[in-house]
Amino acid sequence: MGVPIGNYLALAAVMFFIGVIGVIVRRNPLIMLMSIELMFNAANLLLIAYARLWLHNVGQIFAFLVITVAAAEAAIGLAIIVTTFRPEKYVDVDDVRTLHG
Amino acid sequence: MIAFWAVGTILVASAVWTIAATKPVYSVVALLLNFAALAVLYLTLSAEFLAVIQIIVYSGAILVLFVFVIALLSSGVSPFATGPNRLPKIWMPAALIVGAAFAFVVYALAHAPVAAAPATGAVGAAGVFGSVADFGKALFTVQLLPFEVTALILMVAVIGVITLGGEQMRETAPRSEKKADRAMREAILREGDD
Repeated sequence: MGVPIGNYLALAAVMFFIGVIGVIVRRNPLIMLMSIELMFNAANLLLIAYARLWLHNVGQIFAFLVITVAAAEAAIGLAIIVTTFRPEKYVDVDDVRTLHG
Repeated sequence: MIAFWAVGTILVASAVWTIAATKPVYSVVALLLNFAALAVLYLTLSAEFLAVIQIIVYSGAILVLFVFVIALLSSGVSPFATGPNRLPKIWMPAALIVGAAFAFVVYALAHAPVAAAPATGAVGAAGVFGSVADFGKALFTVQLLPFEVTALILMVAVIGVITLGGEQMRETAPRSEKKADRAMREAILREGDD
């Protein structure tokens, strides 16, 4: 009885690659950020599944750290989006040349 | 097992919806569904604290931030780029690389030595592993360094956001407005001194 950990790993892999596809395909920076959140969460699912498998809570602590990093990344990413939006009133990641040097 | 597949289906479907939605708001709703399903999975893996954190921090803080930015930017015309992506030239190699990476991951997972080990079910003494008490004890004793690093990360994020916002204000504010702003700030400071 019990779900094999392989199922959780497969689910995390599928979710991660949905996130990868989102980052590659979409032009809307907000949806790209959300895809990155998907990837963070896939990694978290792996960490927590393995923590449960080995009955060791280091994996959970690390997932906690990843959630913090995701929060910081979302805050800074959204600040960058707002900053690039202000002068042009439009957001398209292909048109952002501010950091081009 | 049935519960796992039901939640897993919701998880994958909402992830696809997130990246396929035409409007960012729909993406946020899909992501909310995704995080809720993920919290259920965390509960099945006896990570009680992280399931709660997933709802509070992700759904309560990060997604609200997303909604806030969407509301801020789209008050007026639709500001976001829509339509097909601009990858017609490189979509073949991109698809190839992503497909190869996915195939590699699936292969590695299928051959993982523990892939068949059950990951759910009763844990030793009931409620010891993964309980909030267990997690908190580890966080404040053995794993104190990661906890402190968390504080550092949040501090860096706050400073970064303030720097980005402040720079922009300095750039866009006209000179006279800037002067008035400075006068006001000095007035406030003087008041603070008194």
